[in-house]
Parts: sequence; structure tokens; C-alpha cells
Amino acid sequence: MTSRLTRRQRRRVSQGIQYAVFVAAVVLIAALADWDRLQNQFAQKDLASELFPDIITIALRNTVVYTLSGFAFGLVLGMVVALMRLSSVAPYRWVASVYIELFRGLPALLIFIFVGVAVPLAFPGTEIPGGVYGKVALGLGLVAAAYMAETIRAGIQAVPKGQMEAARSLGFSHARAMVSVIIPQAFRIVIPPLTNELVLLFKDSSLVLFLGVTLSERELTKFGRDLASQTANSTPILVAGLCYLLVTIPLSLVVRRLEARTEKAR
Amino acid sequence: MAENEIEIRGLRKSFGENEVLRGIDLDVARGEVVCVIGPSGSGKSTLLRCVNLLEEPSAGRIFVGGTEVTDLDVDIDAVRRRIGMVFQQFNLFPHVTVTENLTLPQRRVLKRGRAGAASVARENLERVGLADKAGAYPAQLSGGQQQRVAIARALAMNPEVMLFDEPTSALDPELVGEVLAVMRMLAAEGMTMMVVTHEMSFAREVADRVVFMDEGAIVEQGPAEQVVGSPRHERTRNFLNRILDPAAAEDPGSTAAGNGHASSGSGKESGSGSGRETG
Ligand SMILES: Nc1ncnc2c1ncn2[C@@H]1O[C@H](COP(=O)(O)OP(=O)(O)O)[C@@H](O)[C@H]1O
Ligand SMILES: [Mg+2]
Repeated sequence: MTSRLTRRQRRRVSQGIQYAVFVAAVVLIAALADWDRLQNQFAQKDLASELFPDIITIALRNTVVYTLSGFAFGLVLGMVVALMRLSSVAPYRWVASVYIELFRGLPALLIFIFVGVAVPLAFPGTEIPGGVYGKVALGLGLVAAAYMAETIRAGIQAVPKGQMEAARSLGFSHARAMVSVIIPQAFRIVIPPLTNELVLLFKDSSLVLFLGVTLSERELTKFGRDLASQTANSTPILVAGLCYLLVTIPLSLVVRRLEARTEKAR
Repeated sequence: MAENEIEIRGLRKSFGENEVLRGIDLDVARGEVVCVIGPSGSGKSTLLRCVNLLEEPSAGRIFVGGTEVTDLDVDIDAVRRRIGMVFQQFNLFPHVTVTENLTLPQRRVLKRGRAGAASVARENLERVGLADKAGAYPAQLSGGQQQRVAIARALAMNPEVMLFDEPTSALDPELVGEVLAVMRMLAAEGMTMMVVTHEMSFAREVADRVVFMDEGAIVEQGPAEQVVGSPRHERTRNFLNRILDPAAAEDPGSTAAGNGHASSGSGKESGSGSGRETG
């Protein structure tokens, strides 16, 4: 006979249940977890302070460098693939579609292994320029390009048709209109999703682990793991994690603001 | 009329099965202002867009300033530079300022220098009365101002011909006048113009010739006072009645009876139309 409740009462009951479940879960976890051991394993203050400044000056710095170089390469390649995807030449469209489906469908880890192993095998004697940095840019860029190509294509198609017509009627060639008129507008549209992609890349840069890096080339995850095994304590992992959040959370906030702004501009 | 700026011969255009232009022959003399009127869907925009090849004709030939636009070997970008086009939706570039809307095409297409392009831009913004908006972005302007900038942008390329596709149809009524004033000024300066419009007062006052189109063909053409004032064809009369007095549209429920009404009514209407002309 619960149907006798008014809507207001029903809402109260439902909210009460949800809060109760939440509190119960928190209490249960707090009671069951062994806090002393956790603190011992993950939050040793002196161990944590020993990580500095290397975790910032080497590990975080490398993470940022890897991410940005992968992003830059991915952006250029993604732009090319997007334009191929929109080309009037059918083979270009096919190649672009295959590329996009392939690199979106494969785990990034597999592509990193491929870059580390297959590329030196396929082109013997040639070194990927930039050493590990070049390989990371290639690996991250190949993956990022597939996602960015789709984002950029959608952005280009979101520019009103009249813009191309106006440019053409003024005497712009198709290519020139693309560069001067369409792509600058498309980029405004795709800045939020591209920033999102940057956040994803920032995390994916941890896959560098599988390329084999020297001490000075370590990024956050590798650095944290190495020191964790050296000290037989997981505090470095926790600190490395906090370093990621230090960058990803502000970036996510920026994305949200950008999205809110484009939403308003519509 | 030795010098025709535009010559259209046997122009046909189909979109798939849909034949939109069914053999158009039309000349526009240098300095002439031709207004194209006709019901929605009659192919007016398509006709205009064929002239600068935004649409590829299915058949027929088009000459602009003596150059065959429809010649496959012609440099279409070079031809388009001589033809200015103004769209119903303005189509200003929203990501740059008003001045840059005028300088970008000059610099990228005509390869004018920075200073040269800027001074041409200033000149043309002054012509349309918007010198004070040079630094604004299109979104900060009213519709009428945006359309005047669009006209200035086209003029900055020194076109020989201007095409207008319903330039005032997207505007609030109180903004129509300022755009028509600019077009009137252009006509007075001797610009060759093809104008698709529903502004009959503008057509009467400015057009050297009015062309009435229906279902992809030219039904009648002639001086404005004749085509608008005392149209020969039934279809022209019906169209003008609808345009000049939208509230008097016949009841859509009674088509058969309505047709009878329309023909008897249109006699009266054309009478009142000529009354308007004298007034
Ligand atoms: N790009 C296009 N693809 C298919 N059909 C079109 C296209 N452009 C115009 N049409 C059709 O051509 C006809 C004439 O259109 P239009 O020239 O815009 O007429 P008007 O400007 O006189 O209103 C319409 O039936 C329209 O649906
Ligand atoms: Mg139209």
C-alpha cells in the first residue's frame, strides 16, 4: 500500500534510502580497511619527501614533454586524416577510414609495442629521430590522430555551408578557403574535445614504460613504480598519482568552462 | 545593347530527377539592374548561383564580361573575382572583425598588400556607412549592418557585376531600408546588378527590367511598370497579388472555387496596383 504516499513523501523516502546506502558503504569501508597498514604502505611522509624534486623536475616534466609531443604530432596527422576523410578522391577517404577504425580499435599499448618492435624491424638501420621522445611522439600521436581526425572532421562539417560559398564567390580556391575561412572556425568548435584528448594522452603517456627508458627519460608512472620497488613501499605510486591529478583536474575544469562557453555561443 | 555583361543561353539545371531550370535565356547589359521575381522554389537562387558557378549548369552556356563561365578550361576563381555575390544569410566570416572580413579576401585572393587592402576596406565601409564598426565582430552587428558589410566585402574586390540573392529577406522589417539604400546607391553609380527580391517597391524604383520566373522558366520580362504594374500573364498577376497583399491569400480549403476567385479578383488587384503606381 505504498502507493498511498504523496509525491513529496515518496521523494523523501527515496532520498533517505540513497543517503543511508552511501553512509553504510563509507562506514563499512572505513571499518574493514586496515588503516595503519595502508598508511604504512602508501603514505610515508619521509619517503614522500625524498621523491622531491626529481618527481617534478624529471618525471612530471617528461610526462608533460611526452604528452605535448604526442599531441602535436597527433594534431598534424589528425588534421591530414580529417581532410582525407572529407576528400572528393575516394581512395583518400578509404585510407582515412581504415586508419581511423584501425587505430581507434586497437589498445594503445599494442601500438606502443608495435612502434618499439616492428618499426625498427621494418626499416632496419633507420632510427626514429629523437630517440625515446620520437618513439613516444609517434606512438601517442598515431593513436591520438585517429580520435582527433574524427573530432576535426565533425568540426569542419559543423561550419555552415554558406561560409565556403561566400569564400568561393569571392574568388578563394577550395584549398585557400579551407585554410583561411573554414579550418579557423572549425578549430573553435573542436577546442573543448581536443583538450579532452590532451587529458587522455596525458594518462596514456604512462605506456612509455613499455618502450624501455633510461633513468633520465622516466615519466611519472615508471618513476613511481621503480621507486616503489626500490623502497618496497607504495608511497611513490600515491605521490605519482597525485601529480597526474595536479594536471588532469585543472585541465578537465578548463574543458568544462570551454564547453559551457561554446554552448552559450550557439 | 552591344555590351552585355551577362549572357545566359539555354541554361538548364537539374538536381537528380528534379529539373529546376528549364532553358533560360537572359542578357544583362553593362550598367543594367535586373530584378528577378517569382514564387519560392521557382529557381531564382539556382539561376543566380549558376552565373558564378556555385551550381554547375546541366546544359547551356553563360558568359560574364565576354568570358565563358561554363567553359571547362576557364579559371573559375579568376571569373568569380569579377562577380560579387550577396547572400540572404549574409555569410560574413564570424571569426574575424569587420575590417578583416574585407581585407582577408583582398589579401588572399587579389594579393593586395596590407596597407592597400586596409585602405580599400576603409573606403568601402564608408560607402555603406559603417566606418565606425571597423573593429567590431559580425555577431555584434544588427542584421542590416551585417548585410551592408557583406556588400562592402564584395565591393572591395572591385567586381564588374553584383548578384543579390534575396538580400533583405532575413532582415527585420525596420532594417530592410538601410540595405536597399546601399543597393540604390550602387545602381545609381552604374553597377551591373542581378537582384532576386520580393521588394516590389525597390524593383519599381530601381530596376531597368523585371524578370518574372515560375517553375524554372522566364514567364515574362520587361520594364518594372509593365511587369509589376500591369502584368500580362495570369501567373504573374497571381504571384503579385500574393506578394503585395499576403493577407488576401485565398482559402487553401477551396482550391477550385478559389481559382475562379483569383482570376476575377486579380483584375481588381491589378487595378489597385496601377492606382498605387500613380500614387
Ligand atoms: N542543392 C540542391 N539540391 C537539390 N535540390 C535543390 C538544390 N538547390 C535547390 N534545389 C531545388 O531547386 C528548386 C529551386 O530552388 P531555388 O533555386 O532555391 O528556388 P528559389 O530561389 O526561387 O526559391 C527547389 O525545388 C529546390 O528544392
Ligand atoms: Mg532562393
